[in-house]
Amino acid sequence: MAATSTVGGVLERLRQTRAWKSIFRRGPALTNRTRSLAVFGNLFLHFLPVKVREKSLRVRASYYLGSISFLLFIILAVTGVLLMFYYHPAVPQAYRDMKDLQFVVSNGVFLRNLHRLAAQLMVLIVFWHMFHVFYRGGYKPPHEFNWVVGVVLLIVTLFLSYTGYLLPWDQLAFWAITVGTNILSAMPIIGKRVRFESLGGNVVGANALLRFYVLHCVVLPLIAIMLIAVHFWRVQKDGGLTVREEPEGDDEKGL
Amino acid sequence: MTKRDSKYEAGFGSDAKKDPVRVVFITKKTSAKVTGDAGPQLMAYPHLFIREAIVFMVLVIALVSVALFWEAPLEQLANPLLTPNPAKAPWYFLGLQELLHYFPPLVAGIIIPTLVVIGLIVIPYFHVNVQGQPLWRTNRKRTLWIFLATLFVLTCQLAYTRAWTVLLPTELVAGLMLYAYATSSRSDAPAGYLQTRPVSWWVMTWFITVAIVLTAVGTFFRGPGWSWVWPWSSHAG
Repeated sequence: MAATSTVGGVLERLRQTRAWKSIFRRGPALTNRTRSLAVFGNLFLHFLPVKVREKSLRVRASYYLGSISFLLFIILAVTGVLLMFYYHPAVPQAYRDMKDLQFVVSNGVFLRNLHRLAAQLMVLIVFWHMFHVFYRGGYKPPHEFNWVVGVVLLIVTLFLSYTGYLLPWDQLAFWAITVGTNILSAMPIIGKRVRFESLGGNVVGANALLRFYVLHCVVLPLIAIMLIAVHFWRVQKDGGLTVREEPEGDDEKGL
Repeated sequence: MTKRDSKYEAGFGSDAKKDPVRVVFITKKTSAKVTGDAGPQLMAYPHLFIREAIVFMVLVIALVSVALFWEAPLEQLANPLLTPNPAKAPWYFLGLQELLHYFPPLVAGIIIPTLVVIGLIVIPYFHVNVQGQPLWRTNRKRTLWIFLATLFVLTCQLAYTRAWTVLLPTELVAGLMLYAYATSSRSDAPAGYLQTRPVSWWVMTWFITVAIVLTAVGTFFRGPGWSWVWPWSSHAG
């Protein structure tokens, strides 16, 4: 411990305190035993594996697309909650709140830009993630069920993005949702009913805004969190990422 | 069970007498079919988590830098009486909107998306996908006839409905498939690679190609009344 820097020394002393030990219980992660405990002794990490194959850590194995999707979800949750502080799901107050974000709220424009950018990127990355998993044969047994969970997560991602699209209540939002929900009424027999239920009326109006708001901020995020948990957990339970027996260099070979 | 175990049963010895002692019960059918050894393993802490942390930091830096100058669009207050032309869905649904231009709403808006979702879900449950045999390896003649018949029906259908933006990428992928068939004697770069592709690979590649073309056309090449416009020419909407 003689060569440790001041920061390291402070951390080391912090680790010896009773409070620290009461939270983490395990000692410093210097042995494989305590490193294992760091994962499965922690509620938030125990979804993840204790050991990973060296091959599956390489960038070309996954491009970390699943991780990026999840991290984007976290960024969206944080910026989304901050945006909720300034937003009323009412007509036309919702649009005025957008204007407030633009001209009144500190860094309001930046906050909205970040949320929107992360949302668009998440749709893109989730699609890419699915295609990449497919081309690597990641859907094959024993990963079948996790593939299905992933497809449902893709649909949830699309719905999350789509319900968020209406919330600014500008022309772009209003007509995009009008176009989209008009398709619903093409469903045989129940089409008109489904459209009425999702909009809370026959046209996109105040009820639709409230419904989309609740779906966007409460219902869909909860579903997404649960499915993400299952998805992560099953990656570990199904034996980790799909890796090739032969050297990783020529990725798409041997599908 | 050896005699030694009895010391672990101190607190519930009476239960242990009634119940058969069985620590673990593994059968071949119920255990997870975990793939075997594929190289050395590393501890997730720190090797995985440090990489996740780096990914997170790079992502946040990239997002913040872009979000600082790329403005999220905000148009006029929603007005049900003023329909923009064209009224476009979010970009990831523009492929569907492009399909709606060619096919009735029931087909383009309901049947095709439903089939796509069902198709994606059932991928791992078909033996042919899991097996992943190269398409042009066995039963070459029969496979070719099935392929040509399918292609003919698809081409007629798409040409009849004038769905050119679907037809074009379809023919492109079909051309690659025929190229892989015709070059079976060669094993150089593109031919050798394409020959080993299984049917699931071809179907997915076809789907992705069509989806990308439709989305790009819907986003950049459609103007008033869903007419064809060039992105560099100025147009209303």
